[in-house]
Amino acid sequence: MSYEQLMTRLGSAREQSPSGLDRRSFLKLGAASGVASSGFALGLFSGSGAAAAEAGTALKASQNPAAFITIDKAGIVTVMVNRLDFGQGVITGLPMLVAEELDADWSKVRGELAPAGEAYKDPGFGIQMTGGSSAVHNSWQQYRELGARTRAMLVAAAAQRFGVEPSACKVANGVVSAGAKHATFGELAGDAMKQPVPEKVVLKDAKNFKIIGKKTTRLDAVAKSSGRQNFGMDSRAEGMKTVLIAHPPVFGGKVAAVDSAKAKAVEGVVDVLEVKVDRGGTGVAVIADGYWPAKMGRDALQVLWNTDGVEKADSDKLLAQYRELAGKPGIKVREADTSKIAGAPKKITAEYTFPYLAHAPMEPLNCLIDFDGTSCKVTAGSQFQTIDQANIAATLGVAPDKVQLTTAMAGGGFGRRAVPSSDYLVEAAQVMKAWRASGKSGPLKIIWSREDDIRGGYYRPMHVHRAEIGFDEQGKVLGWKHTIVGQSILMGTPFEQFMVKNGVDSVMIEGVADTPYDVPLALEIHHPKVNVPVLWWRSVGHSHTGFVMETLVDEIARTTGKDPVEYRRSLLSEKHTRHRAALDLAVAKSGYGKKTLPAGHAFGVAVHESFNSVVAYVVEASVKDGQPVLHKVTAGVHCNTVVNPLSVEAQVQGAALMALGTTLPGAAITLKDGVVQQSNFGDYTVARMPQMPAIEVYTVPSTEPPTGMGEPGVPPLAPAFANAIAKLTGSPMRELPLRLSNA
Amino acid sequence: MTTFTVNGKTVNVDADPSTPVLWALRDHLQLTGTKFGCGAALCGACTVHLNGAPVRSCITPISAVAGQKITTIESVADDKVGKAVQAAWVRNDVAQCGYCQSGQIMSATALLRGNKKPTDADIDGAMAGNICRCGTYARIRIAIKDAAKSLA
Repeated sequence: MSYEQLMTRLGSAREQSPSGLDRRSFLKLGAASGVASSGFALGLFSGSGAAAAEAGTALKASQNPAAFITIDKAGIVTVMVNRLDFGQGVITGLPMLVAEELDADWSKVRGELAPAGEAYKDPGFGIQMTGGSSAVHNSWQQYRELGARTRAMLVAAAAQRFGVEPSACKVANGVVSAGAKHATFGELAGDAMKQPVPEKVVLKDAKNFKIIGKKTTRLDAVAKSSGRQNFGMDSRAEGMKTVLIAHPPVFGGKVAAVDSAKAKAVEGVVDVLEVKVDRGGTGVAVIADGYWPAKMGRDALQVLWNTDGVEKADSDKLLAQYRELAGKPGIKVREADTSKIAGAPKKITAEYTFPYLAHAPMEPLNCLIDFDGTSCKVTAGSQFQTIDQANIAATLGVAPDKVQLTTAMAGGGFGRRAVPSSDYLVEAAQVMKAWRASGKSGPLKIIWSREDDIRGGYYRPMHVHRAEIGFDEQGKVLGWKHTIVGQSILMGTPFEQFMVKNGVDSVMIEGVADTPYDVPLALEIHHPKVNVPVLWWRSVGHSHTGFVMETLVDEIARTTGKDPVEYRRSLLSEKHTRHRAALDLAVAKSGYGKKTLPAGHAFGVAVHESFNSVVAYVVEASVKDGQPVLHKVTAGVHCNTVVNPLSVEAQVQGAALMALGTTLPGAAITLKDGVVQQSNFGDYTVARMPQMPAIEVYTVPSTEPPTGMGEPGVPPLAPAFANAIAKLTGSPMRELPLRLSNA
Repeated sequence: MTTFTVNGKTVNVDADPSTPVLWALRDHLQLTGTKFGCGAALCGACTVHLNGAPVRSCITPISAVAGQKITTIESVADDKVGKAVQAAWVRNDVAQCGYCQSGQIMSATALLRGNKKPTDADIDGAMAGNICRCGTYARIRIAIKDAAKSLA
């Protein structure tokens, strides 16, 4: 079952849950809780929009412009974006889809992040979420239809005003005209909202696109270049206190004793409370007037922790255990005849290791919360709005519709903000409960320090892969036995019932189980249970499977004297046209096979599909002072229709850089006796400016519906880099971070 | 009470002298354009100018800036170099999540004030302390050169 099918099933089950508000109750909630006054339009147009929203229609809330599009008298079109924007650019991309079908004047289009609400659930998944690189892919039809419906209503209003048939009206740049008569969207907005919402609309043919496909600067570019963009971290409320939580040093540990006298003596510290924290543990919350007193207070705490009975994970021991497991029979995922490996003329037996990785978004996690005993207001950079809403509500003992969740612009995420347990948000609710139980009230801002973030768990899991491959002198693979060992991300979460089948977590095997290469590959897996919380990390399973598959295929090519590009082509059947097109494009643009590189430099190649898009990289690398250096990257991308070329380029550049970070020494989270050994950017390496290679991004032309772009640029980068280094050194690279065997 | 100048205005901050400039700006003066990223001068998100030179405000206590001049992202465009940098950032669509960009712009502005035509190595040196997890470095490099060109 694909990621999408699984998410769809999860969504259909969620729809029946108490968190699923019907449209009518959502509208009432909005009106009653004053959301409208904060700029959220209930109706299609500003003013008394609710009437239009309530108009009888068979459309679902997610198909009705009512909750999505506002046009004010000045003609400003504001589009509600049903996703979190954490850098991927959806706050520009989705408004572009609306504006295209609306024939709007782009200079008057704005985007706004939607709060948690029924209308904003993903039309396919049935929950409000951002993930799986699915935002534009899943809302492609939805947002264009929203634009087309709104356009039809504006045209109907204009036709009445002009005394002509709607078919006599033309729309361009936010103006409806018929002959010499014309009216702007702003002038028509009031009348248009009284028109019926059409159910069926005809969408534009790709050849008529004016906005889709055009290089478009982000709508938030000015705000984000001037310090004016508000993030969750910048949200505030009257009388707000700041909270830092002392977490147990081992996941699930508890407070045995706490001496808070010194903390309470810090000027500005208001209270010190013991609170329930994630994974059954307890911690100590320091509540203060601002971050600095809260931090000084937390530093002054004297806490004795009880970690008895809590498993203390240790990376070195885990690695030994994983290696042993990799050699044992596991759960069968994919079967193939591997009997010919033993007698094969050539063999590769390889073991790969991958560490835990922290997401480390630049904005540390935070949450503004207030609760009056009946209803709750939360502002957070949430990637899972309706799930977070339900989890916060359950913690506070209220119905989900009593939690009003505002989606804040987020300073990065890379998966960390999509937590099935809503870890840090539930902790915020726990602090709020304890705060109220102590007889106090008022809004609290929970902030994680960078140390909290690096040590806070929810890492990309550690993995070991083992592969035994038999092949002939021509590189024909006779048998491929593959084993993956790693924690399941989804077991023990509400996703388990949909995304874990026969004991196999679908997100660990993606990229191997569905390899496009025509090889007899048998796959088995082990899911050890470890007391380290794990989570999806940009490109999820592909972040390790892509590396293993693309370095192994390259190694077979090298071993048999085949050109690695030609060899890949020979393994890709005719149906994999997108792989071939992306690879051919990267090869052609890079000068691979034609250009002479400087001495000591080599090309490396990799191609990988994830989230329905294919990215191929041809890179140029060398070894300097015992370290691999990446000089240049040429990307060939197949993501079907490119909505915003600037955004696709940015996503590929960013994904490549993030993946490059995983190759650098120090890009690993390790544990000793249950304690995470890294704490900040000084000991957890991420890529910096001097490491950024020159990068060129090319896309394969297509008019098919767009596919994912936030993640697919990650998986092929590290293997392309490793393949170039292996070509130079003659030794295969089988771990991340990359390490030269003689280093 | 500690007195210093922020963006041309004299401010009095009633906080412990050890309070970092970052939190004085954010919590006491409601100037939230300067960002908290690491609290240890490792990421550069909190970069401001102290008497014109870039400093990490997260480890600079207010006691160290008494009587001195702080400039933040909110007013960096008051001067032609800062303005050119901001314009280049928008023109080249640099920001992704945008959280680190205040610090990036402050570092880039300081670089261009002292170096009218920075080379790639100059840019690496001046910007290595500013982390961007979204990976906007390629466009930052282009934007710095673009800003330099617009100032020439």
